[in-house]
Amino acid sequence: MRLLNRSAGRISKHRRGPVAGLVVLLLGLLLTGGLYAAFSPAQADETISSDEQIAKGRELFLVSCSFCHGQNGEGVRSADGNQLGPSLVGVGAAAVDFQVGTGRMPMAQPGAQAQAKPPTFTQDEIDALAAYVASLGPGPAVPDESDYSLEGMSDEERQAAITRGGQIFLTNCTACHNFEGSGGAMPRGGYAPHIRGVEPKYIYEALLTGPQNMPSFGNGDLSPEEKRDVIAYLGSLEDMPNYGGFGLGGLGPVPEGLAAWVIGIGLLVGAAVWIAAHTTRSTKKKVDA
Amino acid sequence: MDTTKVADTNGTQPAAASKPGRVGTLATWADERLGLATAMKKNLRKVFPDHWSFMLGEIALWSFVVLLLTGVFLTLWFTPSMGETTYDGTYEQLRGIQMSEAFASTLRISFDVRGGLLMRQMHHWAAMLFVASMMVHLLRVWFTGAFRKPRELNWVIGCLLLLLGTLEGFTGYSLPDDLLSGTGIRAADGFIKATPVVGTYMSFFLFGGEFPGESIIPRLYTVHVLLIPGLLLALIGAHMLLLVYHKHTQWPGPGRTEKNVVGFPMLPVYAAKAGGFFFIVFGVTALMGALLSINPVWKYGPYDPSKVTAGSQPDWYMGWPDGALRIMPGIETHIWGVTISWNVMLPILVLPMLAFTVLLLLPFIDAWVTGDKRDHHLLYRPRNAPTRTALMVALMTMYGLFWAAGGNDIIAIKLHASINQITYFMRAAVLVGPILAFVITRRWCISLQRKDNETLLHGYETGIIMRSAEGGYSERHLPLPESRAYVLTARDRDPVANGEVTPEVDANGVAAPRKGRLAGLRDRMRTVMWADNVQKPTLEELEAGHHHADHEHELQASLDGHAADGHQFDGHHLVSEEHLRDPHH
Amino acid sequence: MSDDSHELMNLPDEGVTDDLYANPGLPEHAWRPTDVDPKLEKRAERQVATLMTLSAICTILLLVSYFTVDKDATFAGLGAQNLALGLSLAGALLFIGVGVIQWARKLMADHEIVEMRHPAASSQEDREATIAALNAGLEESGIGRRPLVRNSLLGAVGLLGLPAIVMLRDLGPTPNQVADAQDYPGAGLENTVWEEGTRVVRDVVGTPIRPGDLQIGDLVNAEPETLYNGGPDGEPLEGVVLQIAKSKAAVVVVRMEPEEITPAPGRENWNVDGITSYSKICTHVGCPISLYERTTHHLLCPCHQSTFDLADAGRVVFGPAARPLPQLPLAVDSEGYLVAQGDFNEPVGPSFWERG
Repeated sequence: MRLLNRSAGRISKHRRGPVAGLVVLLLGLLLTGGLYAAFSPAQADETISSDEQIAKGRELFLVSCSFCHGQNGEGVRSADGNQLGPSLVGVGAAAVDFQVGTGRMPMAQPGAQAQAKPPTFTQDEIDALAAYVASLGPGPAVPDESDYSLEGMSDEERQAAITRGGQIFLTNCTACHNFEGSGGAMPRGGYAPHIRGVEPKYIYEALLTGPQNMPSFGNGDLSPEEKRDVIAYLGSLEDMPNYGGFGLGGLGPVPEGLAAWVIGIGLLVGAAVWIAAHTTRSTKKKVDA
Repeated sequence: MDTTKVADTNGTQPAAASKPGRVGTLATWADERLGLATAMKKNLRKVFPDHWSFMLGEIALWSFVVLLLTGVFLTLWFTPSMGETTYDGTYEQLRGIQMSEAFASTLRISFDVRGGLLMRQMHHWAAMLFVASMMVHLLRVWFTGAFRKPRELNWVIGCLLLLLGTLEGFTGYSLPDDLLSGTGIRAADGFIKATPVVGTYMSFFLFGGEFPGESIIPRLYTVHVLLIPGLLLALIGAHMLLLVYHKHTQWPGPGRTEKNVVGFPMLPVYAAKAGGFFFIVFGVTALMGALLSINPVWKYGPYDPSKVTAGSQPDWYMGWPDGALRIMPGIETHIWGVTISWNVMLPILVLPMLAFTVLLLLPFIDAWVTGDKRDHHLLYRPRNAPTRTALMVALMTMYGLFWAAGGNDIIAIKLHASINQITYFMRAAVLVGPILAFVITRRWCISLQRKDNETLLHGYETGIIMRSAEGGYSERHLPLPESRAYVLTARDRDPVANGEVTPEVDANGVAAPRKGRLAGLRDRMRTVMWADNVQKPTLEELEAGHHHADHEHELQASLDGHAADGHQFDGHHLVSEEHLRDPHH
Repeated sequence: MSDDSHELMNLPDEGVTDDLYANPGLPEHAWRPTDVDPKLEKRAERQVATLMTLSAICTILLLVSYFTVDKDATFAGLGAQNLALGLSLAGALLFIGVGVIQWARKLMADHEIVEMRHPAASSQEDREATIAALNAGLEESGIGRRPLVRNSLLGAVGLLGLPAIVMLRDLGPTPNQVADAQDYPGAGLENTVWEEGTRVVRDVVGTPIRPGDLQIGDLVNAEPETLYNGGPDGEPLEGVVLQIAKSKAAVVVVRMEPEEITPAPGRENWNVDGITSYSKICTHVGCPISLYERTTHHLLCPCHQSTFDLADAGRVVFGPAARPLPQLPLAVDSEGYLVAQGDFNEPVGPSFWERG
């Protein structure tokens, strides 16, 4: 029972497993690639000044964003008065990092809600875009990892943070995003996305900036510590085993009812058919009958 | 009566004809005290017909037993109290949170009692299966005509069981006092308050004051573990007694008539099959409890009137009134200083009560329309009662649409659709869908009847294509084996075919009295019930059909006058009965 | 039997067959392979025994895992304890079930037996005898001849039904009793704990809010400060009192551009710089609602999808709710924190008869 892992997260038990060789190989490849990337000429730009970054961001912006958001990020209204793209003055770097980093921007087509997809830009380009948009007007900056990490807390503090985060999550987030972050429906085809497994940075940014139709939870609304606690709670859900078995999508009683009918009634009616089915018959007669 | 075995003295010797074996000794000991032999004599070898669809009710019975067993286990640790406590159990994410003792003990069962989570999940799955299997069983009984005289009262008992099972499920859903169950109780409070005149009083009496109060969980607990299970047990007992008394219905077939019942004896075959099925139902529940997470209360957290989660739904059996509630337009009347909440009252109070009443009365309405006073022990195939079948399919469609409306938010995310449009669609669909379903099912059944007649008159299709000397192609038909033909024709002709629908004169030749409006309605319903049905062929039609087939057979038979090869393997014959044509013939 | 004729009367005649085909009678019994081949019979016997043994093994596994598998152990991301106990129990049960049924299918005699039916009704003699007995009993009791006894008995027994209902009276107080007694803050359907000057605080953490804290598009799930200091000594409310208070007083606070708000007549000064607050309790059946869309200002209920427009006096724009959400009038106190100007001016939550 190798998979019966009594202390989840400890790696030593896996060391001599058959996959160990593969893991070593992959690590080696990653390291080589990483080293190459670190020393490749492209990285020479890393020390560009913020002015240069803004200029580069503006170039990218003019090519990819200005059609909807305007030449200077002032927003564009179509002839019939609909908002094509909102003004980006004052949305801050955090909004750009979230929208472009999760692939929601640039949008594939105008619609009710921008969908997450693989990002179009590299992180460098996103940083440049963010720097440009941040230069349009003051707004929330991209959070630092220290803003949402539980690093340096004692075990009790950590546990208290997770518990508090759970209560804040259940009060402010579950109404739309569901009790385990599986997402939910919103009016007129909108939806609150699935938020499990999303990078903490993006959760923080989403709270800060309120992307699309989501209300924002600015630092005056939900303090940075409270945001950190929510992220910690979500992380703890991630680490938690599914105590009761497969989760059925974490969507509550509807999939449970479906499972009862399809799996439960299905199996039992199948069993009934088997019990009542006539067994094979022989053409022979019983000798002693 | 054989009196030699009756003890006629008060002696020390038991009355026994011969020296009994060990089983006999025990049986004698018991019978001298209980006198069971008379009752057991017939029932030990009581005959039950064998068909898979006769075991659907058994699923309900056995899940009820599983519910009793797992339920007793849960009561050993559950604390039905809304007293506030601070959680300090092993589930870290909630440690230090204020919660009710009910919720804390549910967490304790889930995390600190070994096997407790398994029992909780099995109890919940068994509850879902209990109600589901009762409904499937009900459909079988309706579709095959087993609800007819003399079994109408058992139908009524079954309906009461379904109602009580649903209420039992709802009270159980509410007991853990998690966020979802509290939200459910809150909604129920809203339903009660919408009751005209006495709504708020009923709410305050039920909750012992203002919602949520601290009485509701202890009260629901008593209802859940004592009142409703007691009623369920009594009704299940009555249901089974009536089943034994009436003897089970059976399908028509060779040797099976209205006057007998053919099948396996209770001991040993049926006892083994039913007993084995109990273990299978128990086992499937355990399997589901092991593999499929249900109601993970620790993620919902304790009930808090200011919290809510997306996907707040009741368990499936409460889903359809919830769906009705969702698609109901917001209509409210303010008149003479009072409020009438049609938007709550109609879908959640009036509709379910109306639906239940209609369901309860179905056999009686049916008997009134058909005027049938005979006993029925032979079942019919759903196609042979097109209107009844179509009526139930229409009701199922309505149920299914309301049900889907109850999951409109989940449908919206899973299908990337707009929740508003789904709601608008459902508002129309619950009205149009059942009508469409009725018409389609009825015509479908009638087509199937027609197909049966085709098979009877022209034989079954063998799949063998014959080429005539002129080069024309035709498929060979062969007459049905007699036993199959008998099964197909073993059904009543509808009274309409015999001109019995609106008799102008009764059997004694006395003119029927002038009809009231009700009788007029009944005649119209009878017309709908039977007018378009296809009756089984008459003897003349059958003979003409066979004659025609013989003729065709002659035309198509190969030169040596022997049927073509191939039909030996068409599934209508035992292969051993017929042999391939001898190549040297 | 003497009541044969009666039986025939109640049972339908053999009309179902309609003489199209004669009932061919029960087909000849065909033997199963296990009936005729002793080798197969032995094999089936071994099969059943093997299934029973497998069940026993599962039961032992169940016992072993009960004592050895730890609560925190996991297996492929699932809780190992539940999985081990459940699967072994399922195995133990299913193997017995399959084994017993296999025994019945393969080895038990499978001759079909014919049993005759009897009508559900009793025989005519029995019926007459019973009715005679009933009549004799009634006659002897004199219930028909002594209407005074009969009617007074009926009246007395009927009256006994009243205590059965009346004695449930103390299940709870009436709504008016609760509202008049005011045993706890905000008692009664028409009241909440909100009062003039009650601070609006963030739910869970209980901190007060300055208008400047909120940016456009922010949503705060808020509560009255009373929950955190409304007790006798300024302590937080607890237990049932807290739950009742929360179930009526919870609000959402949102901030939008002030010009986007269309205030209802008479409520022009209920907002502070585009900050507006509404009851969080749905007017349909009372679910807490906080699914807020910042661009449309719509608030959706997750239970039955009633949708309210917070920029337009809480008007219902979709769904089964019939009344707008009650609005909480907001102001700023001397220390610059958001406070209520007073209680809601209508009962919160679902409609009820006396509501008007």
